[in-house]
Amino acid sequence: MKLIIAIIQPHKLEDVLQELDKSEIYLKTVSNVLGCGRQKGRTEVYRGKKETGNLLKKVRLEIAVNEKFVDSAILAITKAAKTGRIGDGKIFVLDLTECVRIRTEERGSAAIG
Amino acid sequence: MLDSGDTAWVLISTALVMLMTFPGLALFYGGLVRRKNVLATIMQSFFVLCMISIQWILIGYSLSFGPDRGHFIGSLAWFGLKGVGMAPNPDYAATIPHLLFMAYQMMFAVITPGLITGAFAERMKFSTYVVFTLLWATLVYDPVCHWVWGAGGWLKNIGALDFAGGTVVHVSSGISALVCALVLGKRRGYGREPMPPHNLPLCLIGAALLWFGWFGFNAGSALGANELAVSAFIATNTAAAAAALTWMFIEWKAIGKPTILGGATGAVAGLVAITPAAGFVTPLSSIIIGMMVGVVCYTSVAVIKLRFGYDDSLDAFGVHGVGGMLGALATGLFAEKIVNPAGNNGLFFGNPALLMTQATGVITAAAYAVAVTFILLKVLEATMGLRVEDEEEVIGLDITQHEESAYTLLD
Repeated sequence: MKLIIAIIQPHKLEDVLQELDKSEIYLKTVSNVLGCGRQKGRTEVYRGKKETGNLLKKVRLEIAVNEKFVDSAILAITKAAKTGRIGDGKIFVLDLTECVRIRTEERGSAAIG
Repeated sequence: MLDSGDTAWVLISTALVMLMTFPGLALFYGGLVRRKNVLATIMQSFFVLCMISIQWILIGYSLSFGPDRGHFIGSLAWFGLKGVGMAPNPDYAATIPHLLFMAYQMMFAVITPGLITGAFAERMKFSTYVVFTLLWATLVYDPVCHWVWGAGGWLKNIGALDFAGGTVVHVSSGISALVCALVLGKRRGYGREPMPPHNLPLCLIGAALLWFGWFGFNAGSALGANELAVSAFIATNTAAAAAALTWMFIEWKAIGKPTILGGATGAVAGLVAITPAAGFVTPLSSIIIGMMVGVVCYTSVAVIKLRFGYDDSLDAFGVHGVGGMLGALATGLFAEKIVNPAGNNGLFFGNPALLMTQATGVITAAAYAVAVTFILLKVLEATMGLRVEDEEEVIGLDITQHEESAYTLLD
């Protein structure tokens, strides 16, 4: 079992969700987050005063999958979120040691999908 | 003869109508868009307030109300308010300073282009918006205003009734809004992605301020603190309430639950429809007008728009255009001389001719607005471009047009 964490551009979310649907990956958690990578944030101007170093709004997806879905999930996210410019985001893949479906108390691979 | 009571009421009404644009309309529309576009949407209402305040002083008032040229437009004789002073102008308002009448009318000229912004919300390029609005105010609003309200205007001459701007304000802006929605095209992802209003309480504060300000809009149009103002005040509140109730009951039947956004939309539709009629109809007629517009505008927004698939994003046409046309025609049905001797009797009170006159006003104003708006948009499309880039649209207009964001995640 793997946990995929993807940090993407907020405006790419709809496209990514559609791609994941196509790959039959439906279960995910989405949250608003702030962060910055190499571009070191963004400049905004308030009453003539430049505010630099503002963290950028990003969207974080968490998807728990069985091994055979890992590659297709990565492929789907990359395909939909990639613009080729700085700020497209990152995908992290972590080993997942346990997973419990609360409703049925199932454990492991059976609880994921 | 100046009357201090009349002057006081119109001064207050002027401020009330100003409030309708900013923050009334600004919040009403701002709450309805997605969070990435709220500032840009508010900016459009704010900017029009500033820009038309200047345009009106320089040329707008003269083109609208200045000495008549061929029953079509005012001349530029009053450029920069030359000759517009403290002495009342009996053609327009005999008991208040001419300058005050000018200021009151200014706020109408401000809100009218502001209403159109609902049609192209979330996708119009700001620089083009500025040019479009200035030209639209000068080439559409000012002439139509002259036809209906200016001394010598041709619709005024044939006896078309428009108490507070059903045709001048709502038909002209509403029908132009439809042209904008069609020429600009849909928002990216419209119909595929969800685009729910991002902040309904904000929107409802805006709706409340619109209702409140509308007392200045309609009762103020009596241009005096008198019986007519009282009558218009009551007609205004009555129609708003009747239309809101109608809308909510339709929803209750049709989708199972009444919604507050539906109620607020209904109230605005009722206010729009009663605008041309406010000074000519009884409270009972106001209830009927409110109920009629509730049904008609609900149908236009919830049925017709979806069937045809145009993206009138915040229903500027569906509420203001459709409601304004209905109100102008309803004035031809329900007007009574008992309410206002300066008005006329409508179809239900023995004078079918008035309905024809009202229809003439609606059709010519709408046709003129459609033609000029279409040409303006096509010229701007070829020169400046109407829409923001696709990527700017997905990122949002707040950041891409104004370098600001409304809400932070931290702090």
